[in-house]
Amino acid sequence: MAAISRDEVAHLARLARIEMTDAELDHLASEMDLILESVSRVQGVAGADIPPTSHAIAMQNVMRPDAVVPSLTPEESLSGAPAREEDRFKVPQILGEE
Amino acid sequence: MALNYDQALEKYEPTLGLEVHVELNTLSKMFCGCATDFGASPNTQTCPVCLGLPGSLPVVNAKAVESSIRIGLALNCSITPFSRFARKNYFYPDMPKNFQTSQYDEPICVNGYLDVTIETEEGPKVYRVDIERVHMEEDTGKSLHVGGATGRIHGAEHSLLDYNRAGIPLVEIVTRIIPGTDKYAPEVARAYVAELRDILRSLGVSDVKMEQGSLRCDANVSISPRNSGVLGTRSETKNVNSLRSVERAVRGEIIRQANRLEAGERIVQETRHFQEESGETRSGRSKETAEDYRYFPEPDLLPIVADPAWVEELRAALPEKPSIRRKKLQEAWGVPDKEMAAMVNAELLDTVEETVALGAEPTKARSWWLGEVSRLANEKSVAPTSLIQPSEIAEIISLIASGELTDKLARQVVEGVINGEGNPRMVIEKRGLKVVSDDSALMAAIEAAIASQPDTAERIRGGNIPAAGALIGAVMKATGGQADAAKVRELLLKHLGQG
Amino acid sequence: MIHQSAAQMSADLAAGSVTAVELANAHFDRIAAVDGDVHAFLHIDREGALAQASAVDASRKAGEKVHPLAGVPLALKDVLTQKGVPTTCGSKMLEGWRPPYDSTVVTNLKKAGVVILGKTNMDEFAMGSSTENSAYGATRNPWDLSRIPGGSGGGSSAALAAFEAPLAIGTDTGGSIRQPAAVTGTVGVKPTYGAVSRYGLVAFSSSLDQAGPCARTVLDTAMLHEVIAGYDPKDSTSINAPVGKMVDAAKKLDIKGMKIGVVKELSGDGYQAGVLTRFNEALEALVSAGAEIVEVSTPSFEYALAAYYLIAPSEASSNLARFDSMRYGIRVGDDGSRSAEEVMNMTREVGFGREVKRRIILGTYALSSGYYDAYYGSAQKVRTLIKRDYEAAFAKVDVLVSPTCPTTAFKIGEKSDDPVAMYLNDVCTIPVNLAGIGSMSLPCGLAPEDGLPVGFQIMSPAMKDELMYQVGGTLEAALESSWSKPLYASAPELAVK
Ligand SMILES: [Mg+2]
Ligand SMILES: [Zn+2]
Repeated sequence: MAAISRDEVAHLARLARIEMTDAELDHLASEMDLILESVSRVQGVAGADIPPTSHAIAMQNVMRPDAVVPSLTPEESLSGAPAREEDRFKVPQILGEE
Repeated sequence: MALNYDQALEKYEPTLGLEVHVELNTLSKMFCGCATDFGASPNTQTCPVCLGLPGSLPVVNAKAVESSIRIGLALNCSITPFSRFARKNYFYPDMPKNFQTSQYDEPICVNGYLDVTIETEEGPKVYRVDIERVHMEEDTGKSLHVGGATGRIHGAEHSLLDYNRAGIPLVEIVTRIIPGTDKYAPEVARAYVAELRDILRSLGVSDVKMEQGSLRCDANVSISPRNSGVLGTRSETKNVNSLRSVERAVRGEIIRQANRLEAGERIVQETRHFQEESGETRSGRSKETAEDYRYFPEPDLLPIVADPAWVEELRAALPEKPSIRRKKLQEAWGVPDKEMAAMVNAELLDTVEETVALGAEPTKARSWWLGEVSRLANEKSVAPTSLIQPSEIAEIISLIASGELTDKLARQVVEGVINGEGNPRMVIEKRGLKVVSDDSALMAAIEAAIASQPDTAERIRGGNIPAAGALIGAVMKATGGQADAAKVRELLLKHLGQG
Repeated sequence: MIHQSAAQMSADLAAGSVTAVELANAHFDRIAAVDGDVHAFLHIDREGALAQASAVDASRKAGEKVHPLAGVPLALKDVLTQKGVPTTCGSKMLEGWRPPYDSTVVTNLKKAGVVILGKTNMDEFAMGSSTENSAYGATRNPWDLSRIPGGSGGGSSAALAAFEAPLAIGTDTGGSIRQPAAVTGTVGVKPTYGAVSRYGLVAFSSSLDQAGPCARTVLDTAMLHEVIAGYDPKDSTSINAPVGKMVDAAKKLDIKGMKIGVVKELSGDGYQAGVLTRFNEALEALVSAGAEIVEVSTPSFEYALAAYYLIAPSEASSNLARFDSMRYGIRVGDDGSRSAEEVMNMTREVGFGREVKRRIILGTYALSSGYYDAYYGSAQKVRTLIKRDYEAAFAKVDVLVSPTCPTTAFKIGEKSDDPVAMYLNDVCTIPVNLAGIGSMSLPCGLAPEDGLPVGFQIMSPAMKDELMYQVGGTLEAALESSWSKPLYASAPELAVK
């Protein structure tokens, strides 16, 4: 049985904000099956007593003092903007929230 | 027939939970050195980090961590020995990285509480609000919606983004379900936010200005049929930007949900937005298709392991709790519980305290702020403190004490100050509100009064002192209220051989 | 002059027998002549490079003390920001983006007076092992133009092998410095995680990414290592400790009494015979130099590849979320009728290539509720086991060694339709990233069956990067004396246009 269905891939693509055609979804679903089959080897390898490692080099409490450093100029900040209106980033209409 | 609040409460029990987001008043942002000034020109306080530019990396602001721990301590929380940041992944244009750096299952403070007192029909009652967690995160940018008919987001043609606010440190304070509030849920919600705000202010960690968004409250409300024992579906109301709105939002949501259930509809788990004008909430983003935030430990940041000695140091240096401070003020001022509660509810305690500190007598300060000034503020729908300064009220009180103003004149002075006619002295000058204290002018009026009411004067001569009231009134009337009543009384009685 | 080592160029510059401008121009000429075939570069910054070179020449002329590498040219992987210079990460998504800030690596290079010639090609967002995943076309291996130059940093390794630059910067998330070095007969070093600042390195997998030096000799990489490494308060994961003496270690040429562990799990089935032949010869050379070879077992390495292909895509799915067309990069479909969300969806469809989408989807899956523990969580636990395997091994030996890759360079297109086969290429390099330790690949000869370079991997304990330079320098000297010239000198001549 396939580990992942086309609908699931479609859901993931929605979560990841990537438009996909049906053909792409089909292709990806079959590839994902293969990949998931090989990566699922990790399951059950380590016992409950083994802690996860999120940082290979363990460090803690790395902080900076609360001091202001110069920002970019608005010109620099907006230099890559696909669209702008004066000193703001111009984006298509945002739906779904007030 | 729609249910009103009391009818709704007869049939349903409300359940309340509150999430408060506080913007810390650090100089720089949570993860970068950009300034945090409110109202700066768009995108002038932005850098690669808070714009989420490719390649940029966050570094934690130590002061924000310290403030968070102090907040936790003030809320009787445990400071966790190991805390971590996590990424909350979802797409939104005002969030530059499309994930919020927040804390998830390893927050910095857990398991606290805050006691709040409200007035009930049976007298003051204390509710213990359990705090589930206090965690650190970052604020988003601000979007401005342009075009479209209403100026609201729907129908807007495009949006304009300013990321100055993006990355400002936020502390999120989450309560557990607050049990047993029943019909007082709105009052408890308000009292909790008010008490929390006072604590945050006393800690000096935030500007706590609800109207500017530096303190934001989300109210989670659900209702269930009385004695059903089931928990209803909750809604989360945002956009509540005053204490009064907290109370109204909770009340409005209880009424709305009750009426929905009455109509046989079900409650949808969703975000709702409080409408200041109507006092109602409006549906926002539905959470029916629950967002999957895909939290995972933030690999760009390291765990925070709070040194217990440091935590104890911070605990020892906490300021006095506002509730204790209030108790002390009440004793010093000698005001009854009810008046104290009135000042707290009107959010005027600090103002009265400041006025007293400037030399005013406590009961006078209280009565001016809660009386005349509040009345005028109410008419204008603004905060009393936006109308007149404590120093001006203190000055007016002292002018009354010295006999330069009567209460009636003082009210006109207050009105003049509020109308922008200048400080109290200038108003007195411009309006010619000087008390008539010239003895000869008063004596003329007194004699005229005696002449018009000879019988009354005779009774006073005969020792009937209370009868003086009628003559004093006549004098006051004749001088257009500009006389000092005490002075009139003194002169009158003396004149009639009773002084 | 372009065929020399960076150390030699440095000496010539110091002696005044060549100027930085001459050196830069010689390399630009070489790029003009061969890069049409090799396609190592995505962008040439002639103006910036010549300005830097002139400044260095002026300083030298004025008798100012300059860094030994001042005036030596370098090729920069296009995943590091350089202010005002296009930075694409090999992706269409960032076409035309000129960052408003320098990465710390670039700041350090500029400070030392290193001359940055331009930006090199790579697999899109560093995802790949062949540089075929670049939106701007594949890079070719100078040893055989029909073959891949490795990936993701194939542009940097190819530039070195084609004598288009004596120094290069790569980044290594699962082998992207070392595998390209191996298949192009060059040297590449992945320093200990945190040794080189990641500030300005466009993140693929934050907990694995590490920039490092690439060159044609061990000494050159050591010199470059010292320039780019060091504590950076802008990177929370940066190690706050002095940089070790890599150059001294590379020059030591003495490994007598050192214990060198051969990783049992990184050989055998699936390894090309010629790769193992050359690897074993290198081991003999190490023994002759006085080292003791022992076999070491690291049982959890078996799961490293699987763990990596969960952790890296998971982090990537989050890191790459910011490419949404709102603030920078391309925007697709914004015709005034579509919402921001629709425009994001369309931009990300067009802006990302297949491999990137594949990994984003995989990572999104591995992090989603209900699957987190089984995938991401389990992978992070495997990481703990791998770290422990290394700790146990390093308790017995000074460094560990293995082939860098199971095979020599494969043909362009050979594995592009089989992601799982492609991923297998990284089996030897990936455990290093998961444990955060340092590792080097240096050439150990040409495989007899195809005449292509074979890479030898040295792994040293975290924060002991000197050890791999010490062993690498010694091995390189021993092998070169047996070959009577450096391996790169036997690279085929490229047709000059
Ligand atoms: Mg939050
Ligand atoms: Zn910033």
